[in-house]
Order: sequence, then C-alpha cells, then structure tokens
Amino acid sequence: MITEFLIKALLAVLFLGAVLNLAGLLTWVERKQSAVMQDRIGANRAWITFKSVWLRPLNWILRPLNALGLFHSLADAIKMFVKEDFTPRGADKFLHTLAPALSVVFALMAFAAIPFGNTLEIGGRVINLQVTDVNAGVLFVFAMMSLGVYGVILAGFSSNNNYAYLGGMRAASQMLSYEITMGISIMGIILCYGTLSLQEIVRRQSHLWGFAVQPLAFFLFMTAALAETKRVPFDLPEGESEIIGYFVEYSGMKFGMFFLTDLVETVLVACLVTTFFFGGWQVPFPLGGLSHNAVAAVQILSFMLKVAFFNWLFMAIRWTLPRFRYDQLMHLGWKILFPASLVNVLVTSVIVVMRG
Amino acid sequence: MATVVLKRKELGFLDRTYLPAVFMGLWITSGHFFKNLFLHGLHSVGLFRNVRAGVTYQYPEEQRPLSKRTRTRHRLTRREDGSPRCVACMMCETVCPARCINIVAAEHPDPNIEKVPASFDLDLGMCVYCGYCVEVCPEDAIRMDTQILDIAAYSREQMKLNMTELLNPRSTHLYKRDIPDGKRD
Repeated sequence: MITEFLIKALLAVLFLGAVLNLAGLLTWVERKQSAVMQDRIGANRAWITFKSVWLRPLNWILRPLNALGLFHSLADAIKMFVKEDFTPRGADKFLHTLAPALSVVFALMAFAAIPFGNTLEIGGRVINLQVTDVNAGVLFVFAMMSLGVYGVILAGFSSNNNYAYLGGMRAASQMLSYEITMGISIMGIILCYGTLSLQEIVRRQSHLWGFAVQPLAFFLFMTAALAETKRVPFDLPEGESEIIGYFVEYSGMKFGMFFLTDLVETVLVACLVTTFFFGGWQVPFPLGGLSHNAVAAVQILSFMLKVAFFNWLFMAIRWTLPRFRYDQLMHLGWKILFPASLVNVLVTSVIVVMRG
Repeated sequence: MATVVLKRKELGFLDRTYLPAVFMGLWITSGHFFKNLFLHGLHSVGLFRNVRAGVTYQYPEEQRPLSKRTRTRHRLTRREDGSPRCVACMMCETVCPARCINIVAAEHPDPNIEKVPASFDLDLGMCVYCGYCVEVCPEDAIRMDTQILDIAAYSREQMKLNMTELLNPRSTHLYKRDIPDGKRD
C-alpha cells in the first residue's frame, strides 16, 4: 500500500516537475521563436558571468546558455517574486488572492489523467505511467478545464475594476462557447474507441492514430482548445491593446501565476491533442528486439517529442495569426465550429453503428 | 458623376473557413523560422557569418555600417611628422554657426608654415554637426569621419575636447566602452 502510494507520488512529482519546467521554458521559447520568425535575434541580455578565478571554468559552460538568453526566464521569475503584491482599494482581498491560485491549480490538476507512457515493469511490479488512471479520464480533464474559468471570472470580479470585469465576462462567455465545441468534437473519438479512459484511448491507437480516424474532429478540437488557452488569436479576455483584461489589477507573482496558467494550458492542450489524435505515447514504427522497459522509455520520448512539436505549432500560430474581433469569435464558435462538431458526431455515430 | 463601382469578390466557402489563409500564413512564418534557425545554427559553428539571420544589430558590440559621408565626431589630421595640419587660419572658428570652436594661434618654427594652433578646443555639447568647418578648411586639417556616434558624458565640461583628444579621437574619455568581458567578441 505504502509502496503504491510512494510510486504514485513519485510519478506525480516527476510529471509535475516536467510540466512546470516546460511551461517555464515556454516563456523563453515564446521570446526566441517569435524573434526568429520575425527575423530578429530576441532577448539575450540576461548575462551571468563569474569574476572569481576559481569559478572561471563555469563561465565557459554558461556562455552558450547566456548567448541563447535562457536566463531571461530566471530573471523573469526573480522580478515576479520581488515585485510589490498589490491589492487595489475596494477589491475583495480573499477572492483576489484566491483567483490566480484557482486558475493555476485546476490547469495543473488536469495533467493527472494524462498517460505519458505505457507500463514499466520493475521487480515484478507493473507501473502504469500515468498519475491516476481515472476510468472517466476524458470527463476529468474537461471538468478541470471548465473549472479553470472560475479563476479568471473571480479575478475579473474581485478586482473592483471595470476593465477587469469586462475581461472576466469575456473569458466566461468565450470559454463556455468553445468548451461545448471541444466536448462534442471529442465525442467522435470516444465513439470510435468506445472508452473514456485516456490510457485505453492511447492503447487503441496502436495501428491507426486518431488523426486519421477523425480529421475534422482534430481541427475542431485544436481550434477550440486553443481558444481555451486564452492566447492570441483568441486573447479577447486579455485584449492587450484595448482592455488589459481580467488581470489588470494583478502584480508580482499573482500576475505571474496567470501568465503561467496560460503556458501550462498550452502544454495541457498539446498533451491532449497528442493523446487523442496523435497516438499519445505510441511510436509510429515497430520496435522489435527491445526489452519492455526500453520500449517504454522510447514511448515516453515519443510522447515528449509530440508534445514539444505541438507546443512549437501553437507558438507559431500565436505569432502568426491576428486576433479575432469579438463578434467574429462568437460567430466562429457558435455558427461554424459547433454545427461542424455536431455533424461530425452524427456521421461518426452512423458509421460506428453500421460497422456494428 | 463619374463613379466607379468596385466589384468585391465574394469569398468562397474555403476562404470563409479561414483555413487556406491560416495555412499560408503559417507557411510563410515557419519558412522564416526554419531559414533563420538554420542560419543561426551555422553561425554558431562559425559558418556563413556574412549571411545575416536577422535584421538586428546588437548595438554596443556591433555597430550598423555607416555611409562614408555620414558626419560623425571630429578629428584633426596630422602631417607626416605627426604634428597637426591645422595652420590656425580661424576659418572654421569663423564659419561655425554654433561657435563651438575656439583656436589660439602661435608661430610655427618652420618659416614655410604660417601658424600652428597653440590650443584647439571644440565643444561637442554645442556642435550642430553641420560640417561647415570641414568644408571651409583650406588645409584638410579637420575631418568628421571617425564613425564615432556614441557621445555621452556626465557633464558639459566632459563634452569639451582639446587638441590632444581631437588628434587621437579613439583614446578620449568620450570613447570609453564598458562592455563586459564575456560579451566582447
């Protein structure tokens, strides 16, 4: 019992660490990728060097990291932590503090159901490489993503600021609209694979990935999920150039947590797209002659590469497309994506029934 | 009434899904991304440094190339023996619209040369960089071709250059560069 618990705790810590590190790294990726896409060089002035003679060899190692600008993430974190944590007059102090915590916690909770590998066999014990194998994992993930909107609404509501309130309302309506499309588009996958467990969905994609089975659902899901991350081209809740959005009144690490939530959600969406449509940890070529654990390691690597690719893609989309106008956003959500996802479910169910 | 009725093309179904435009946009930006990434990779191993991977000039370490005609900080030219070419004719001091040049003339030991400046002071804080002094000089003794643009000082006094500083433009306190050791390439 205790060992079971310890193993799960270890898995959770490892996965959480990986996700948080990736989200931290994404701040760097965001700076650098946007720069390279726009023929610029990007931030590279957070420069760490040691003057002491004994530490000189470290400079040699630090040099390429400095040149890549990797320490900007560190500088960001230090800035966030030492800035004044300000609560505006008239704001609800409790809710104002609770909101960023809620939004980041729910975003991180959703990762619990995501399988990042098949199984490991250590000393006769089979370890499922997933933090919790919820048998209704899809529902769990969607529930957590829906709860994430509470943080945003509370932030807008408790700030005692009209712009923040407007941002919170926009976030609520946008996330409600797109959550429906997201849920319905994933119905196709559930119908095809006949299970709600994410690990099981990944196992059944061993021959054919979900993308080939449900191409329309892939586009619908990806669009809706990108809207859930509240980043450009769907950054209406933030609206940097008009209202500053639901976190106007936040500073310091509280703002940092909203910022982190966006990036964590990007990672989450990348994980979900990989799990549902790109075979999760499945490797596209046969791995003959390797031991079970070696295969599992390759599968984890495959999962990580796919997630990294989708993160790259989402960053590229974020830095390529302009923002939607609010009515265009609602038009796209309710009049295009929603009917299309319904049609997708209808056609899929007919095919599933006909195949018996 | 001559009016032109512009016929706007109706968007087709495919255009209204935004997908072709989205893919075209992504194609262009990722084209730039991979091209620049490849070039950055080559640069890091020292290849094709002359092909730029970005339009950025990393200013304090790397200066943008300037036109040869750009008027930059002044310098006094020298004769072959190293003494200043200036003959203290006061032409530049006279023509200067900002009155930033102040010359004190003295006799030159060589009878073939008229005079020599005992002191040649130039106040960069007052100079308007019009270049009249260069144009008017009969001896080609003052030029504005040092390509030094970053002139900054903490006081007006520090902006004043004397003859030694004008003769050695790169050794003055106004040309001090505090670049960390690691960044100097």
